Amino acid sequence: MLFFSFFKTLVDHEVTVELKNDIQIKGTLKSVDQYLNIKLDDIQVVEELKYPHLSSVKNVFIRGSVVRYVHLPGGAVDTALLEDATRREAAQQAQKTK
Amino acid sequence: MADVDDGAAAPVSEPLDLVRLCLDEVVFVKLRGDRELKGRLHAYDSHCNLVLGDVEETIYVVEEDEDEDGDETVKVGFD
Repeated sequence: MLFFSFFKTLVDHEVTVELKNDIQIKGTLKSVDQYLNIKLDDIQVVEELKYPHLSSVKNVFIRGSVVRYVHLPGGAVDTALLEDATRREAAQQAQKTK
Repeated sequence: MADVDDGAAAPVSEPLDLVRLCLDEVVFVKLRGDRELKGRLHAYDSHCNLVLGDVEETIYVVEEDEDEDGDETVKVGFD
């Protein structure tokens, strides 16, 4: 659940999603679910000339499995908190498998 | 007698525990599709989703040129 929770904290921030087919879409993160499917508003395709078929699209739903990277706004991420949360999740996971 | 001091009892008993020890360290990641990343590890989960900071990505591409004899020469280089 760590990444789900993490992405929820980034709702309403501007992110760039890079897909496995190399298309990069910049937009406002509006929603995320447990599969890390993503909804973006007010999108803009990076290198629009190369991918003109999306130029009239405003909002997208992106299936989590086609995402390669999500570029995050550095200022919106508390890295120390994230590392602690990761350790907690790892400990929880270890408890379960005992 | 823990191998590494990582706060409260946090033994190294499975592979991902080694990844845990790399939190807040610069790590080198090999990905599918001839990609490599170098960056500071801030988070991971059991799927190996990662959060990395100050990342450098390397993509290896192969250029194929066909010369007049129809032979193919292959160049390997950085993107």
